[in-house]
Amino acid sequence: MKLLTLVAGFLLLFASAHAIDVGQSFDDPELQQRYDKIIAEVRCLKCQNQTIKDSNAFLASDLRREIRRLLEEGKSDTEIYDFLVARYGDFALYRPRTSGRTLILWVAPIVFLLFGAFILARIVRRRLALPIDDDPAAGS
Amino acid sequence: MSKFTLPLLGFALLVGVFVIGLTMDPSRIPSPLLQQAAPEFSIPSLHDPDVLVGSDNYRNQVALVNIWATWCPGCRQEHGFLLELAKEGAIPIFGLNWRDDRVEALRWLQTLGDPYIASGFDADGRVGIDWGAYGAPETFLIDSDGTVIHKHIAPLTREIWERDFLPLIAGSGAK
Repeated sequence: MKLLTLVAGFLLLFASAHAIDVGQSFDDPELQQRYDKIIAEVRCLKCQNQTIKDSNAFLASDLRREIRRLLEEGKSDTEIYDFLVARYGDFALYRPRTSGRTLILWVAPIVFLLFGAFILARIVRRRLALPIDDDPAAGS
Repeated sequence: MSKFTLPLLGFALLVGVFVIGLTMDPSRIPSPLLQQAAPEFSIPSLHDPDVLVGSDNYRNQVALVNIWATWCPGCRQEHGFLLELAKEGAIPIFGLNWRDDRVEALRWLQTLGDPYIASGFDADGRVGIDWGAYGAPETFLIDSDGTVIHKHIAPLTREIWERDFLPLIAGSGAK
């Protein structure tokens, strides 16, 4: 128990995630909300398992700056994602768009799920077809 | 069909997926700029902030655009080869000094040598973003009509140059 408290205490110690951009970037709450949403969707290509929201690599801060600029220019979210994909490719987005090349990413999980369901159904059906054995000694 | 056939097939499939997946290098991201028009830009020269340099410096020529910085160890590694290319007159090389310090960058070119026909100073990384740069050194091969025909990420060597660049350069005139 003591150990648990200690561990929990340590975790809390590091829980205060630093905001990378200090303060709000926009006065307009709607723009700020869109900005927060977009930067959480864009991969930092220098540090590939982080979004540009979480990364303090200079490339991430450059990209955040570009996104702020585009938002200020009144660009739509789609236009901003287009801007990024045109330069960095589909890989830049954590939720890649459905296109010919990314289709497999979206379809594969469904195919796997259906395949699993098919196997399961086959096993269940085969077992259902087995005669029910009432002799407890034989079952063990 | 034995009862092992399906699991074995599944296993073979997984092995296949892993062989492909694990031998690919995730730090080399294919550039969406390939076969597209290269970004147009005009930025202050590294040597003189009042002079603008950019895509006009290599217009209508087959050229290299090399993204480099003094903080980039790979750039130092390839610098000798870039100098050789420049000395041989193989191809005009435009240098894009990316997110760097002007004084440091100039000292680099003075001490190591300057292989570039012109050097742009991209202090805030905006031109770099237009090129989809994410890690220097990156080298783009531009066709005379301004199309990006190849991108090399990581230091350039003679071996890579002869293998990946020369055939494309030879083919570009025939188009």
